[in-house]
Amino acid sequence: MLRLPPFDFHTPGSLAEVLEIVAGEGPETRVVAGGTDLWPNMKRRHQRAERVVSLMAIPELAGIHAHNGELALGSTTTLEDTVRTRVVAERFPALARAVASISSPPLRNMGTIGGNICVDTRCTYYNQTEEWRRSIDYCMKEKGTICWVAPSSPRCWAHTASDSAPVLCALGARVEMKSKQGERIIPLTDFYRDDGIEYLDKAANEVVTRILIPDESDSTHCRSSFWKLRRRGSIDFAVLSVAAAVWTDDGDRVTDARIYLGAVGSRPLPVTGLAECLEGKVLDEETVSEAAALARKTATPMDNTDFQAQWRGVMAARYTEAALGEIAGLEPRALPPPHLL
Amino acid sequence: MPEQTTTLELRINGERRVVAFPTHHTLLEVLREECGLTGTKHGCELGECGTCAVLVDGRPVLSCLALAAEMAGREIQTVEGLQEGNRLHPLQQTFADLNAAQCGYCTPGVLMTAKGLLADNPRPSSEEIREALSGTLCRCTGYHKIIQAVEGAAALSAGEDWTPAEEVLHGTRLPERGSE
Repeated sequence: MLRLPPFDFHTPGSLAEVLEIVAGEGPETRVVAGGTDLWPNMKRRHQRAERVVSLMAIPELAGIHAHNGELALGSTTTLEDTVRTRVVAERFPALARAVASISSPPLRNMGTIGGNICVDTRCTYYNQTEEWRRSIDYCMKEKGTICWVAPSSPRCWAHTASDSAPVLCALGARVEMKSKQGERIIPLTDFYRDDGIEYLDKAANEVVTRILIPDESDSTHCRSSFWKLRRRGSIDFAVLSVAAAVWTDDGDRVTDARIYLGAVGSRPLPVTGLAECLEGKVLDEETVSEAAALARKTATPMDNTDFQAQWRGVMAARYTEAALGEIAGLEPRALPPPHLL
Repeated sequence: MPEQTTTLELRINGERRVVAFPTHHTLLEVLREECGLTGTKHGCELGECGTCAVLVDGRPVLSCLALAAEMAGREIQTVEGLQEGNRLHPLQQTFADLNAAQCGYCTPGVLMTAKGLLADNPRPSSEEIREALSGTLCRCTGYHKIIQAVEGAAALSAGEDWTPAEEVLHGTRLPERGSE
């Protein structure tokens, strides 16, 4: 049996109690929701905790509500409940598709949307057993000092592994965090840092409570899409994902466009230069190809997951074409490999 | 650190039992070790294979990634609770009829996941069965028999006649017995 190390476990019934427990604590105290990321990481001794505080006994943290021009996703809403909530499927179809693609159906009954945006970054040299990592010497993300992907690099290149994050970034979502000191709400794009180790702008005593998606990003205002590449059609993490959201005027000319790439950087990467490329133009074969070339430039795939890094970079362009092409209603092109989700 | 222990009344397969266990133990460990219910198998223990799936409040979850300490008041169903008395569950019946279990290691997880699916969607399409079972790895069967067996169980549960499709090999029917 691959067992968890011992820890003290708390299941408070109110957020105030959670905030009290984590106040003043360091990284040895961790918060858990569905556990589908923390428990495997603790079993493999990637992440450690002496004290774990569960959020799952706090009823008000779960649920999805429309509120003040935003859709508020409670952080402990399970992934399956998120997909099954009609308002998500109807108004934010790209988010529903991304969440429905996470891992496998039983895992989606456990994992939560708040947990998914916080999911640990991944790397070939990190997501291994303790014995494996010890045998080649630990990398800098856990215990060691070197990055085995780029040995002369001063930083860790582990890649973002969240499927909901690129979509939520493209939709302009914000994240609400609470601590004993109060609450803060920041754009999700600022929540992520370009570092494989310190990948979140979140202190150990802060708890993610809600994700807020503005109504201007719903399907009556913008068209969005999500495409994901992985070896198998289930269970696997993405080796590349593309989330696109496009706003157009009455003449179908683009007024705003955002594309975020997942799994090819330590945070969801915004494709830069889209404004000059797309604004005021109609999405067609030519403009879509130009935007796809920008995505290729943005992607920084490293040799830290499945498939060759360079090929994942090439696929960043193909999958951006697919996502924008779907939004524009263009004839779909064949993509290798054939499984989409 | 002294190990924290938890004593909890668990509801497993309709039976209530009070179980004491180390707090950091997963539902999988407690089912197998404290409760002696070894029908639930341990595979990858990281949430990647699905063989440890059980139903919690009717939904399939991975018992290797759920703490038993969080199971207070929840209805847990394992493969041991599938049959009623001497009568096999339709899923068990069709799995047996079709040899949908070969080595059988993934079978408890497949059965429980399929039971969760049929409770939610009594007549799933083949595609819906594939999707629902996509979290369970089987290295023996190639999945075709498993999907057929779930289709069969859905038909039997609906009170319909069901005969398994004729045996096929590489997409062509096997020759009739005695025809060669």
